[in-house]
Amino acid sequence: MGEALRDAWTIARKDLRLEFRSRTAILSALVFTVLVLLVLNFGRDPTAVAARDLAPGILWVTFTFAAMLALNRAFQLELENQALDGLLLAPVSATSLYWGKLIANLAFVAVVEAVGLPVFVLLFNVPVAHALLPLLGVIALATVGFVAVGTLFSAMVIRTRFAELMLPVLLLPFLIPPLIGAVQATARLLAARPVSEVSGVLRLLAAYDIVFVLLATLLFPHTVRE
Amino acid sequence: MLLRAEGLRHAFGPIRALDDISFTLAAGRTLAVFGPNGAGKTTLLRVLAGLIRPQAGSARVEGGPRAIGWIGHQSHLYGHLTVRENLAFWAELYHVPPAGRRSRVTEVLERVGLADRADQPVRVLSRGLTQRAAIGRAIVHDPRVLLLDEPFTGLDLAAAAQFRHLLAELGASGRAAVLATHNVEEGAELASDLAFQVRGRFVWSGPRSGTTAEIAAAYRRAVAGG
Repeated sequence: MGEALRDAWTIARKDLRLEFRSRTAILSALVFTVLVLLVLNFGRDPTAVAARDLAPGILWVTFTFAAMLALNRAFQLELENQALDGLLLAPVSATSLYWGKLIANLAFVAVVEAVGLPVFVLLFNVPVAHALLPLLGVIALATVGFVAVGTLFSAMVIRTRFAELMLPVLLLPFLIPPLIGAVQATARLLAARPVSEVSGVLRLLAAYDIVFVLLATLLFPHTVRE
Repeated sequence: MLLRAEGLRHAFGPIRALDDISFTLAAGRTLAVFGPNGAGKTTLLRVLAGLIRPQAGSARVEGGPRAIGWIGHQSHLYGHLTVRENLAFWAELYHVPPAGRRSRVTEVLERVGLADRADQPVRVLSRGLTQRAAIGRAIVHDPRVLLLDEPFTGLDLAAAAQFRHLLAELGASGRAAVLATHNVEEGAELASDLAFQVRGRFVWSGPRSGTTAEIAAAYRRAVAGG
């Protein structure tokens, strides 16, 4: 187990270093996040619907599609010089490869969310200070779930044509449960409802994470080999 | 035996890439597999490496994936990382002990003639220099078996000579190698054993004897009659 985690960390470090060097995907995702929030903020009619009612959905749509950019890039960078074959040749378990990609994707999405959340608060003028910790908990749990599933699907589609189009088509149906939960929980927290009202959703998100991280870990070896 | 292949069969639809191939390879031996394009040489190497599961038969490399070094059409290197970072990453993934990892990378860089380019990103290197870096990647973990798929592609005369010298050294130190190429002239002088592969079959195999010109003539006859 120790060796598997060390290998996963080696792969994650390499992915993050590559992203730090090229900065292509992270900059695209950040610009995308800010632009979507800007467009949706200025495109709405504030007299028709209150910002607080729209904001949870907007936040999660933005985070989901920004995360798609990270997930698309996760295995694309292994196609350069067929590095993926190198990884499959190495004495590294598929579990380590999956976990390495998962860690790197989580870090990537976390950066996007860390920038996106303050921009969201600023633009939509929604109070979060009173519920910041539970809101961060919701974001963390939902993110782990959809990145876990997304990393698996990203590996599945990478050798197909139109991988960038295939990923959202395959992935979005699986994201419906955590997204509905995350939107509901965010709405309640922004409406200053007690945290106990979202504890059920938090448990649901945690259960989704556990089930899909385990399932993806088990299925991943069957997706990457020829 | 360092490498044992028994009754390997594999087809891609109607095309037989491997047709009942069996051989063994002892330490210090180099098998050169000559064949025209599409003969199944790359498939053979990919099966030996474990990248493809054969439809029948089995292949076993003593020491498993850790004992294999692969040089193929693609470098398996990351363009945005430097040559040194690439080698260090692969060394870590192949569990080269941390204490000696840095010195091992430096030693390999010198061995493949890239010490002065060590801190350049791979993406700025020429095809020939990238191939040298790929050779470095393949040997950084000191493999016992080398699988070489057209390894001279892109190398200039001096680099090809240096690589031949390196392979001879590795052979003398007890490493085994399988070298697949369509070019008899570049492969014959390195080999201790030869095989001519045509339409997935070894139409002839045995210890090397005769001059390179005689081997080339025998190969041409085998391809014509295969």
